[in-house]
Amino acid sequence: MSMMRMPLFTWMSFITAILLVLAFPVITVALIELTFDRYFAFNFFNVANGGSVVLWQHLFWVFGHPEVYILILPAMGIVSEVLPVFSKKPLFGYTTVVLAGAIIAFMGWMVWSHHMFTVGLGAVANAVFTVTTMLIAVPTGIKVFNWIGTIWGGSLKLNTPMLFSLGFIAMFLLGGVSGVMHAVSASDAQQQDTYFIPAHIHYVLFGGAIMAILSGIYYWFPKYSGKMYSEKLGKISFWLIMIGQNVTFFPMHFVGLDGMPRRIYTYVEGMGWEMWNGVATGGVFILILGFLFVLHNIGYHWKNGKQAPGDPWDGRTLEWSIPSPPPEYNFKEIPVVKGIDDWWITKQGSPQRSVPTSGGSGDEEHDIHLPQPSYWPMVSAIGLFISAYGVVFNDLIVPWGLATIGLVIGFIGVYAWSLEPVNDPDENSTH
Amino acid sequence: MTQEHTSTIHGEHEETSTGLNHRKMLMWAFLGSDCMFFGTLIATYLVYKGKSLAGPMPVDVFDIPVTSVSTFVLLMSSMSMVLAYAALTRGSMKGFRIWMASTAIMGATFVGFQVYEFSSFANHHVHVDCVHPHEMTELEQTVFDEDCEKAIAEGKDYVDKKIGLKPQTNLFGTTFYTLTGFHGAHVTLGIIWLLSLLLLSFKKGVITPQKDLDVDLAALYWHFVDIVWIVIFTVVYLFGVFPGF
Repeated sequence: MSMMRMPLFTWMSFITAILLVLAFPVITVALIELTFDRYFAFNFFNVANGGSVVLWQHLFWVFGHPEVYILILPAMGIVSEVLPVFSKKPLFGYTTVVLAGAIIAFMGWMVWSHHMFTVGLGAVANAVFTVTTMLIAVPTGIKVFNWIGTIWGGSLKLNTPMLFSLGFIAMFLLGGVSGVMHAVSASDAQQQDTYFIPAHIHYVLFGGAIMAILSGIYYWFPKYSGKMYSEKLGKISFWLIMIGQNVTFFPMHFVGLDGMPRRIYTYVEGMGWEMWNGVATGGVFILILGFLFVLHNIGYHWKNGKQAPGDPWDGRTLEWSIPSPPPEYNFKEIPVVKGIDDWWITKQGSPQRSVPTSGGSGDEEHDIHLPQPSYWPMVSAIGLFISAYGVVFNDLIVPWGLATIGLVIGFIGVYAWSLEPVNDPDENSTH
Repeated sequence: MTQEHTSTIHGEHEETSTGLNHRKMLMWAFLGSDCMFFGTLIATYLVYKGKSLAGPMPVDVFDIPVTSVSTFVLLMSSMSMVLAYAALTRGSMKGFRIWMASTAIMGATFVGFQVYEFSSFANHHVHVDCVHPHEMTELEQTVFDEDCEKAIAEGKDYVDKKIGLKPQTNLFGTTFYTLTGFHGAHVTLGIIWLLSLLLLSFKKGVITPQKDLDVDLAALYWHFVDIVWIVIFTVVYLFGVFPGF
């Protein structure tokens, strides 16, 4: 498989991985600095000794803005997988969608100060970040047009994953529109720290990321569980969540523009925010009901669902060419990929080719190498958990005692892990 | 680079779709990530450079000749790392072990210098001649203004006062110790890594001229940590004492 034949979800996960590797060290350092301030009286953000809280804001958002793309890019990848399958059309402009994802990841590093328009960075900084923020809407817009191009004229099948993906496009678009509104630094001065911002973030993160994740959960449910979910319950859950989120989050625009600040738990009577806050609270209950439907649908049918065929959606990508659930080794041999949507091409070329049903066939498994299981990653993780717990509850038993023990366990785990043989079972055999 | 010949020995199983060894790719990804880590620490240092409200300042504590020596030792350790790897690929296990040990020793020397430096900064003394004052730094001037009158009244013609640089003292202390401390921690982990490889080389078949990737990866890390120090030495130490920066 060459890079430009990879499924979109794989592409977006890859781009996200690059963002993760580069963005997290920044928040790591920021958190180390904050921890040192709090536990050892360092001066990083101590204004009395010349420290600056604005530096914290910068470090946080240099990480934080790429982070929002870390959240949304895989979601965009899921939608780019689901739409072609249920439209019976290839993804419109595959190359463009890939490149738009890469450009979003790159430009995601140039927009962080739009979270800080009211800090007082000056007119030039605000103008520059206004422009870059508006520019980053372009590749995102390209993607939306490509998705619309994909479903345009397709033979649509509106089952649950498709509904969630279509819902994603609509909701994410709304969030994108309010995003461009506060990209304008002048108007953002009115919106900063009001409920308008939670309205925006919920439309892109809930209406965007969560809807796409739900779409993916339903779409791949037959593959990873080997069972079929109930389409009826799935559709009910979609409509409950779709209505619930709009009832919950849309009123936030109104109260935000009416000046209701965010990060408050109460406010004085007579501000005129009561009615819409009441509506939003009502929406939460619709959302909860919707999620209960999702949980029930998945939980119940994982156990009692109908056996899923290998390729229930007439899919396009390779995962649908193997049984559901996939055998531990996934593919018996690494498939040779002839083009984008390889499984679809294969099916068109030879319609008689048998579609795998379910359960591993079990033959020739001796030639398939799986990673060797190891406990050490678990030990390291437990060690890190203990040390973090020890730092949070520092005075438990002996100060720093628990934290030190945890660090030692974590270090032992990592060290022993690194000594484990690399997974190459053929090392000593001759070919 | 080293992958070509190992892959021909191990056969097709080491071939990857990218043509690059996965572990080496991972190492480069980690180094890229670590660039952002040190980049953030250095950025923090630069943002607060000259913003300390009280002394000591870099010009008060830095001893460039001493740090130049430790810098030289660290750079030489990079050379001996190259020689260790070269000896291994040449098939000389003895040469490999000698150069690995010397790399680790030079790394430990560097860390030793750092420990000495930290403790001398923390116990920094300001000595001011109250009768014939020379050109003074801001910190010395403060001591001169505050303490000389009293010293002369007591019949002394100088003041010797301990003004240590601790992380809590000022922004310089905070940013300096954090940045160089994390670098020192990287060197220390590198030493543990090198010594582990040295020990493993006595186990049969773990490190051989054909299986040199483990050493190659450790070398990448070691050179990276050296390069970071070149940046720190320039930006923190040299820019800290030479006027105009």
